[in-house]
Amino acid sequence: MRSYTIALAGNPNTGKSTLFNALTGLRQHTGNWAGKTVTSAEGFFEYDDASFRIVDLPGTYSLYSNSTDEEAARDYIIFENPDVTIVILDATSLERNLNLALQVLEMTNRVVVCINLMDEARRLGIKIDLKKMQEKLGVPTVAISARSKKGIDELLKQVMLVASGAVVPSPISITYSEEIEKKIAAIEPQVREMFGTHLPSRWIALRLLDDDESLLTSLKKWLQRDQNAASRKEVLQYGETACH
Amino acid sequence: MASAETTLLEAGTGNQVRITRIEVQGVMRRRLLDLGFVPGNRIEVLQKSPLGDPIAFRVNNTTIALRSEESSQIWGERIGE
Amino acid sequence: MERPLATNAPSASALDQLLDKARSMSQGDAVRDGIVGDIYKITHEICDASVRYEDRAKLASTSRLDRILTSKLWGFPIMLAMLAVVFWLTIAGANVPSAMLADMFGFIEGYITMFFQAIHAPDWLHGLLVLGLYRGSAWVISVMLPPMAIFFPTFALLENFGYLPRVAFNMDRLFKRAGGHGKQALTMSMGFGCNAAAIMSTRIIESPRERMLAIVTNNFVPCNGRWPTLILLASLFMTVSVSGGLQSFATAGVVLAMVMFGIVVTFTVSWVLSKTLLRGVPTHYTLELPPYRRPQFWKTVLLASRDKSWSVLKRAVIVAAPAGVITWILGNVFVGGDSVLNHMAGFFDPFGQLLGMDGFIIMAFLLGLPANEIVLPILLMGYLSSGAMVDADGIDNIKEIFVNHGWTWLTALNMMLFSLLHYPCGTTLFNIYKETHSKKWTILSALIPLGIAIGVTFITAQLARAFGWV
Repeated sequence: MRSYTIALAGNPNTGKSTLFNALTGLRQHTGNWAGKTVTSAEGFFEYDDASFRIVDLPGTYSLYSNSTDEEAARDYIIFENPDVTIVILDATSLERNLNLALQVLEMTNRVVVCINLMDEARRLGIKIDLKKMQEKLGVPTVAISARSKKGIDELLKQVMLVASGAVVPSPISITYSEEIEKKIAAIEPQVREMFGTHLPSRWIALRLLDDDESLLTSLKKWLQRDQNAASRKEVLQYGETACH
Repeated sequence: MASAETTLLEAGTGNQVRITRIEVQGVMRRRLLDLGFVPGNRIEVLQKSPLGDPIAFRVNNTTIALRSEESSQIWGERIGE
Repeated sequence: MERPLATNAPSASALDQLLDKARSMSQGDAVRDGIVGDIYKITHEICDASVRYEDRAKLASTSRLDRILTSKLWGFPIMLAMLAVVFWLTIAGANVPSAMLADMFGFIEGYITMFFQAIHAPDWLHGLLVLGLYRGSAWVISVMLPPMAIFFPTFALLENFGYLPRVAFNMDRLFKRAGGHGKQALTMSMGFGCNAAAIMSTRIIESPRERMLAIVTNNFVPCNGRWPTLILLASLFMTVSVSGGLQSFATAGVVLAMVMFGIVVTFTVSWVLSKTLLRGVPTHYTLELPPYRRPQFWKTVLLASRDKSWSVLKRAVIVAAPAGVITWILGNVFVGGDSVLNHMAGFFDPFGQLLGMDGFIIMAFLLGLPANEIVLPILLMGYLSSGAMVDADGIDNIKEIFVNHGWTWLTALNMMLFSLLHYPCGTTLFNIYKETHSKKWTILSALIPLGIAIGVTFITAQLARAFGWV
């Protein structure tokens, strides 16, 4: 049986835990306040002859390392390289939620955007043109109501397509102001030289320009882990410091 | 309808403000940006907490409460009523 | 510094150089502002193209409700009223099922005893298993299950509705004054259920200083293990003069007063610590007030009953059963003509009297360190000459036992205060150590409350005696 890993990212209080429970059958108590998931949970489920490991990342507003939660979520997406990252959005506050989605799309293209709380949005008179949204984002976009388990099947179908490689999304690319773009252009080639295609070089260049020291620390750890893996044949037990 | 610049703290309940600049620095500035307190964005002052501080703001269809320390350092101009 | 390997893999120092280069190109916050600003420009573009708001008035429904629930006039009264209603529901609703459960366990005990007699089991075995183990567990179940089965679902409904962040919003000014964080209100709310779980939830407070304040003071919120003590003593001693149906209101009032006192102590201790051991400026603060959502009533109730009430009860029984056995042994092993239990109580008695209590109560709190829920059962067991935990039936019997051992309203009040304030249970202390990695703060988390508990009960006892109230 094929097996895939899924990461679940999203703002706090968007129903991440509810979706996680709906998928895994595991019951985390879900409360209506920001920051309820204090540790990331992990669960398993099967769909269409494949087994999935799903990791519920801490709910964050951004991945720009303002807190340990954000660093943990960022590091998971970048270094653990999940087969699919589901970004779950609150349909009732899409402007802010898309902020996070776009950040994820800069890191990886294997993303399914999942707009949750559609029932709430309907109640508030918010109409969302899903097709238009998908067109703009360039990744599979589905609408669900996790609480009443509506749309889960379509979500899993899209996750499966991306995980298996049947669909290779080409997400929207964000063009920054000329000034920033110029700086990216100056840094990115060196980043690519260092990491090749293992890590998203444009994104790393951008983070370096933003003076993201915590990412630098994580990158160093990753390098060390990589080198340890390479030299493991010669040095026994040397790889114990591998980080998460 | 250009009006004088005001801080979010003094913008007054019920008013709308378009952010012009943010004087907060460091991690808090980043957090504020992530939450949508971005120059050019429109903010509505919802209401004060029963004890006067913090104040709840409507930004990008979400409600965020800020203490006076921060809201007094975010500047904008009033728009509409 | 990493030693360079003989590969063309990038080294850490090369990364440092790259960051330096990036740093020299950017000008501090300007880049971040630009990045986030540009991203927001695109999200607005996407939303403009694909999202339509049909009715702005509906969107504002949450803020309309907030205008009442967090208003200057109604914010605090509504908050208190909600707390009072939750307490009242718990107290009034738990009475009957508690009595029914107790009857049932008493009924079953009769048969078990008959069985032991039928197989000619030795007395000590019957004592150990039935009077110790069985009664201990039965007591905890019949006293704890009903209130938990009401409290947790009710609280979960409030939580899922989205009310708790409003509490944090209303109270932030007070927490700020005390040097704490508004989100401390959220972790305190968790404490009503279980302090040990609340310690984990303090992770939502990002600043280490304010998080430590929340950890150290969480004990002053009574957890489920202490509810039964508070409720039982309040209804037995504090509200007897109130007649009939009003009594559960009065009991709720007394319990509410206890909780309020705990909150006052929380603020005071936070304030003192933030001026001394945990000095520092209040850190930055943002709090999201999510939209109100109608909770799925039955799902919430069932889940809360299953996950919370059940797991808490399980833990209680796991701790209570062995405690019942140990207490029975202590009460039935005789040294020099008196049981070990009585010797211990005698030893603590002078100290207990000083605090308006007695040696048995102090001993019960000591033996109850693993879990607060067993304090009362151990106490009752100590009072009974047989050394077995009291029969679960008959709340009136319990009062008789207390009164026979010289209890007055002061004894009850001070035991309630001591229960509210004293050290957190063993599980909570363990979690504090796990979360803070600090022996010093774990010990302080036990000693600070203990000191306050001793101080407060000493003062009330001396005052009451000086004025001749008892």
